[in-house]
Amino acid sequence: MNIIAFPIFFPFLLVIVMIMVRSVKLAKCLAIAGSAINIIGILLIFQQVSKNDILVLNMGGWPAPYAITLVADYLSSLMLLVTAIIVFSISVYAYNFIQEDDGNSKFYVFFFSLLMGVNGAFITGDVFNLYVWFEVMLLSSFVLITLGKRKEQLEGGIKYMALNLIASLLFLAGLGLLYGKTGTLNMAHLAQILKDDQQAILINTSAMLFFIAFGIKAAVFPVFFWLPSSYHTANITITSLFAGLLTKVGVYALIRFFTLFFIQDSDFWHTLLLIIAGFTMIIGGMAASAHYETRRILSYHIISQIGYMIMGLGIFTPLAIAGAIYFTVHNMIAKTNTFLIAGVINKMKGTYYLKNIGGLFKESPMLAILFIIPAFALAGIPPLSGFFAKFMLIKAGFEDEHYFVTSVAIFTGILTLYSVIKIWNEAFLKKHPDETKVHDKFKPGFIDILPSIILGLGSIGLGVFAKYFFEITSAAAEQLLNPDFYINNILNTVK
Amino acid sequence: MEILLAILTGLLFAVGVYLILRRSIIKFIIGIIFLSNATNLLVFLSAGLVSGKPVFVPGGEIAMQADPLPQALVLTAIVIGFGIVVFTIALKYKFFKTTGTDDLDQLQQTDK
Repeated sequence: MNIIAFPIFFPFLLVIVMIMVRSVKLAKCLAIAGSAINIIGILLIFQQVSKNDILVLNMGGWPAPYAITLVADYLSSLMLLVTAIIVFSISVYAYNFIQEDDGNSKFYVFFFSLLMGVNGAFITGDVFNLYVWFEVMLLSSFVLITLGKRKEQLEGGIKYMALNLIASLLFLAGLGLLYGKTGTLNMAHLAQILKDDQQAILINTSAMLFFIAFGIKAAVFPVFFWLPSSYHTANITITSLFAGLLTKVGVYALIRFFTLFFIQDSDFWHTLLLIIAGFTMIIGGMAASAHYETRRILSYHIISQIGYMIMGLGIFTPLAIAGAIYFTVHNMIAKTNTFLIAGVINKMKGTYYLKNIGGLFKESPMLAILFIIPAFALAGIPPLSGFFAKFMLIKAGFEDEHYFVTSVAIFTGILTLYSVIKIWNEAFLKKHPDETKVHDKFKPGFIDILPSIILGLGSIGLGVFAKYFFEITSAAAEQLLNPDFYINNILNTVK
Repeated sequence: MEILLAILTGLLFAVGVYLILRRSIIKFIIGIIFLSNATNLLVFLSAGLVSGKPVFVPGGEIAMQADPLPQALVLTAIVIGFGIVVFTIALKYKFFKTTGTDDLDQLQQTDK
């Protein structure tokens, strides 16, 4: 059972090692080796979870509601696994893309502390502990986003910091009120107490505080403005890391909280979630269509796709929750991949502006193929992963008679396709504009495109083996919708 | 006593919100400090105040004891708050050195 602590302690060990390592080359190799070992450890957890359905560890040897509980159920272990794969491919990518002025080995210290924060948030079973992991994640991301100390990075850093700090404070306030009402912060214990609670109005205060806090982290409709104004300022390696992991932790927390214990006033909450989801999807999609800078287009895509996940949570049928989880996994992989390829394009052409790029299809057909896989996966073209994720969500929406928000989802799919095809036409098919000169010809080597190959295979695999993966996400959704299993397993593990 | 502390918490929240709506970055950071202290007080108050009673007494009545958990939570939250405030002030210093502005309305470069 002790293996559940691995996703927290192993990155912590790597942080200590990275502080001591002076040689940059050694740090880069250690990072790749470390994240490979991380995948193996998490595969072991995943295998244990699929055997036992749930793993529970009470830290410090106290019995359940008093100890800090670490829990790995299907949802947690699935998220851990995808995180590990993304972190591995980004550590390979960082080998060439993290330069001297990005702080080199300092980068790896915060890279792995970010990983520790993300893993901790996925695995904890205690609300205050979740807050602490959010802060670990937040501080590492503050440092990472400002690592080059360029002017626009500092500006983006301030914007990123401002809204995220407010989110943390709201989170803490909600947590305090929740403790005042229930006298516990263990998630399973909370779920047990709140299950029979009739005073929904009182719980709604803290539920709303949590919702706004996680909403800011996940970048949903009225509070997403920090994301497009900060993500594109950092080094592309860091941007792809953030794009893959950070907002999804917010989505994970929303899914966990609103299936486990904020379930009293479901009419109100599910309507609100669907309204927010609709706006998030459509506004993200429209803004993505309007922009001509690759990183900004992709940043707005993140927002519009967060909307799909929230929609799955708002529909709240087993198929919809399974679809939301499927979509989250697919999105983490495909989104990171598109950002990685945008970075390669930038290195070849020296710019992110689509107007000044062109002719890449002739120059590097391999890159074109690698771009088309995640791009079409995002747009939802079969047989790639995005098609099945969207299909599940839309089917669930129609079955549960949410016609309006489902139509919005379909329409947003068209907008996504449009903006992806825009990148394709401008960067790959169009002739290279004559007036812009490329100073030094950069040919992407194998190590630059290896991460994209791994993630591209992931997108294809999720689509081709959709049936197998659908069974895993359905099992996860079933666990989420029957919290009794979760509660009993945690509160009865007193040894 | 609880009424007084509740009023104080509300006041701190009001001051914090007022300050984060100002145009200056340094006032924004001070506002965040106010908000974080207000939140800490809120968490501390949430379990109710028990005056003059120890936390753990072997054999003592449970109802008479103060709840130790919110105190532990607040302690952790204060430490985290310190760390974050130090980082924000360092970031603000660096930003001021490179751009020479303290005006939030000048922060438009990354939104264009």
